[in-house]
Amino acid sequence: MRPSRFDAAALHDASVPAQVADGGTIPPARVAWRAFARDRSAVGGVILLLLLAVMAILADHIAPYNPRTLLDPIRLKNVAPSLDFPFGTDQFSRDVLSRVIHGARVSLAVAFLSVIAAATVGTAYGAIAGYIGGWIDSAMMRFVDALLAIPRVLLLIAVATLWGKVDVVGLVVLLGVTGWFGVSRLVRSLVIGASEDEFVTAARALGAGHIRILTLHILPQVASPVLVAATLAIGNVVVIESGLTFLGMGVPQDTPSWGGLFRDGMDAYTAHWWVPLFTGVALVATVLAANLVADGLRQALSPRQLPAR
Amino acid sequence: MRRFILRRLLHGVAVIFIATTLSFFLVHLAPGDPFSSSLESLATDPRVLAARRAAYGLDRPLAEQYVRFLTRLVTGDLGPSILAAGPAEDALAAAIPNTLVLMGTALALGLIAGVALGAWQAMRVGSRADRAVDTASLVVASLPEFWLGLLLLLLLAGKFRLFPTGGATDYMHDLMSPGERIVDRLRHLALPALTLALLSAASIARYQRAALLDVLPQDYVRTARAKGLGERQLVWRHALRNALVPTIVLVGLSLPALLGGAVFVERVFAWPGMGRLAADAYDARDYPIVLGATLVGTALVTIGGIATDVLHAIVDPRVRSR
Amino acid sequence: MTQLPLLTVSDLRTYFYTGAGVARAVDGVSFDIAAGETLGIVGESGCGKSVTALSILRLIQRPGRIEPGSRILFEGQDLLTLDDAGIRRVRGNRIAMIFQEPMTALNPVFTVGDQIAEVARVHASASRRDAWSRAVEMLTLVGIPAPAERASQYPHQLSGGMRQRVLIAMALVMNPALIIADEPTTALDVTIQAQILELLADLQQRLGTSIAMITHDLGVIAEVASRVVVMYGGEVVEEARVETLFAEPHHPYTEGLLHAMPRVGRRQERLAVIPGNVPPPTAWPTGCRFRDRCAYAWERCEREHPPLYHIGAGHVSRCHLADEPERRTPKRTAATATATAVSVGGGPA
Repeated sequence: MRPSRFDAAALHDASVPAQVADGGTIPPARVAWRAFARDRSAVGGVILLLLLAVMAILADHIAPYNPRTLLDPIRLKNVAPSLDFPFGTDQFSRDVLSRVIHGARVSLAVAFLSVIAAATVGTAYGAIAGYIGGWIDSAMMRFVDALLAIPRVLLLIAVATLWGKVDVVGLVVLLGVTGWFGVSRLVRSLVIGASEDEFVTAARALGAGHIRILTLHILPQVASPVLVAATLAIGNVVVIESGLTFLGMGVPQDTPSWGGLFRDGMDAYTAHWWVPLFTGVALVATVLAANLVADGLRQALSPRQLPAR
Repeated sequence: MRRFILRRLLHGVAVIFIATTLSFFLVHLAPGDPFSSSLESLATDPRVLAARRAAYGLDRPLAEQYVRFLTRLVTGDLGPSILAAGPAEDALAAAIPNTLVLMGTALALGLIAGVALGAWQAMRVGSRADRAVDTASLVVASLPEFWLGLLLLLLLAGKFRLFPTGGATDYMHDLMSPGERIVDRLRHLALPALTLALLSAASIARYQRAALLDVLPQDYVRTARAKGLGERQLVWRHALRNALVPTIVLVGLSLPALLGGAVFVERVFAWPGMGRLAADAYDARDYPIVLGATLVGTALVTIGGIATDVLHAIVDPRVRSR
Repeated sequence: MTQLPLLTVSDLRTYFYTGAGVARAVDGVSFDIAAGETLGIVGESGCGKSVTALSILRLIQRPGRIEPGSRILFEGQDLLTLDDAGIRRVRGNRIAMIFQEPMTALNPVFTVGDQIAEVARVHASASRRDAWSRAVEMLTLVGIPAPAERASQYPHQLSGGMRQRVLIAMALVMNPALIIADEPTTALDVTIQAQILELLADLQQRLGTSIAMITHDLGVIAEVASRVVVMYGGEVVEEARVETLFAEPHHPYTEGLLHAMPRVGRRQERLAVIPGNVPPPTAWPTGCRFRDRCAYAWERCEREHPPLYHIGAGHVSRCHLADEPERRTPKRTAATATATAVSVGGGPA
């Protein structure tokens, strides 16, 4: 029933010095990398993500059929999973497996691009706010607080209502524009913490300018947590995008995407369970992979893992 | 403590005001307006459209529209709804309670289950049970809401017919006795709430487990043990109270996402709440409802945020002086 | 003294089973504490004194374990054979512990009064009101001004010295027979330290409590202890009355500790140090564990693990010099001792 942690004080006296093999001169990046590589689930997540990415890039070559082709609207519609059609066909006799593979392309691309956009904007905003400080910082953060309070999905619906049909590029922009708030808060607190570190004071005393201090000293500290947050966000955005498409306001109808597949499959989900099921599996696999990688990154990069003792 | 609550309330008001303004401008900066893209508009005489635009005040300068918007908002007037053929605020007012019921139930269930599960895991950390639950919660927390909802709908309502397939009440509801009516409502609430609750519980459990594992080796837990307290008392009284703090903060921060999830779940289960209304309004290009839903959502999240902050201050006295 | 000692620790061994090997943190420690006396337990970090303290109250968690064969006799029972409920009845009640870091030893979300009162509620089934008034009583006892108001405050609202007093108050609630104080003043600054020690001495006189004072600071020992146990390498290396220890230390480690204390009025260019480091508890040296840092060591010290030799009345020392006192000529200075310590095994006799 007892937790298996060391009793911190008990070990204080029986201190077993943890020696780094070569005397402690390994750079932290390498140590983190090794710790990450040893975490099997994190590595599994990376492999899974890579597989999905490969699947998305090589979709044209991997998919057995053209995702938009109506193979045989009379005889081949709503076929249950079989050897010919491992994921079955939908009500328009399109091969579901091919549609899932092609769907990966859109969904992953949108997620990836929008997260990069959001992370960039958020980092810049948060770094500036945190570095400048004072009332500018307060105002900037009050602004972000307000934005964070707006439920993202509702805001997206509101904007989409007035934009009419949103194309893929528009979707990326929308998702990016609504996704940077959390990152900016994170970066801001990291920058504030880093600014107070002594080596920044030392650098300033040596005459380093603001840009130099920001880019060389502070931003590297920010990189890892942002990377973790971005990885998590990819999984998150894939779900949001699919959800939006499912509601009818995301990726346009004809482009195969996971959310679109769901929407098509909603009509007769009881009878033709394979469409939502396999699409869902693909979605869950993506999110799971992203979560595993993010977890692994977080543990590998956290200071606790580095053998400082 | 009172000063703390007051400060948080003022902060909340400021946030709602800024969010309202932002929503307004964000929505208006988008190309087009409610009349530019619906099929109906394409078929209508441009002069009629112009008249409609004027009626909505859409031809006026943006600043003036904003002032009109604010003044109308204060009286609770959101404008006429295309979808509901009546004032938008009425349609929303009818839908909001349903969403609150759904979210409230889901949050309560998810919190209780998640905290209990996380604590249970922490007391057996490293055991096979702990690791199994850990894997399970990771998978569950990764599931999209609409997918899980669909799955539950398929299985429990479709295949096993344990629950109804949608809506909030049966079509025979009004003919039922009061007791039957309560049961009917609960049966309809069960699956959507369960969907959201499962997702919340999974991520709360993961968080709670980690928080508890952080707290258990702390010195004050050891002090309590040295005072002669039993393990169960240690965990539930000393450790948990500290470990609850990050969980409360997390819940507060995840309210917007929870509301977003509710939107999808309401669609899947045809639950007559704010989310479904907003989605339907999108289809009908009903701008007042959509904007209204956004504002109401923001207000709800802000109120929820204040409530969690106050709860945080109750549990952790160090916060009160900030 | 014909009275039975209050606490008898007999051949205590506490090992930690870690990935890096078995850490023998406490490796055969025995001592007594009589009623009403203050025993000082002194040594560097890594010598096992804190683990000893925690072992007495069975506060050792996985992967640590108190090895079979150890015995801790207290008020007629072997604490190590008690069941869970039994040891909980002792903790905070008959034996109380005061920890090192007052900042972190108190739960931040409960009031100070609550945490003190908890002891009474747990052990005496006191009502909330009775427990609370007892808490206020204890706060008065430890000299905290305005005790009733302070009791309603939270730990973060108190200063370090006050928090330590609160911990002492918490320990005294059930009027325990023994208080184990693990470095109670290390985290405090010097003036507060003096106050706390004075408080402890005063309380002992008034209440007749025994105290086990664990510290690395010989100054503290000199002030409060009547007898001293010196620990090194998980073992007791010397035990004596405090006056004897300071006047005629026998073990070279004790000697080293005393020399290392900077003294006012003594002209020194350099602080004397004991060369070398404490070896890791996963790999105690063979023979005498201090030999790599000892100025007098010879080949017997590597070959034969010294037992506790009897030096005088109530004075024992784990050093072969007791058997061959003529060997007490320094063979090495600090510099050469370090060089030898690095090359494992020691140099020529």
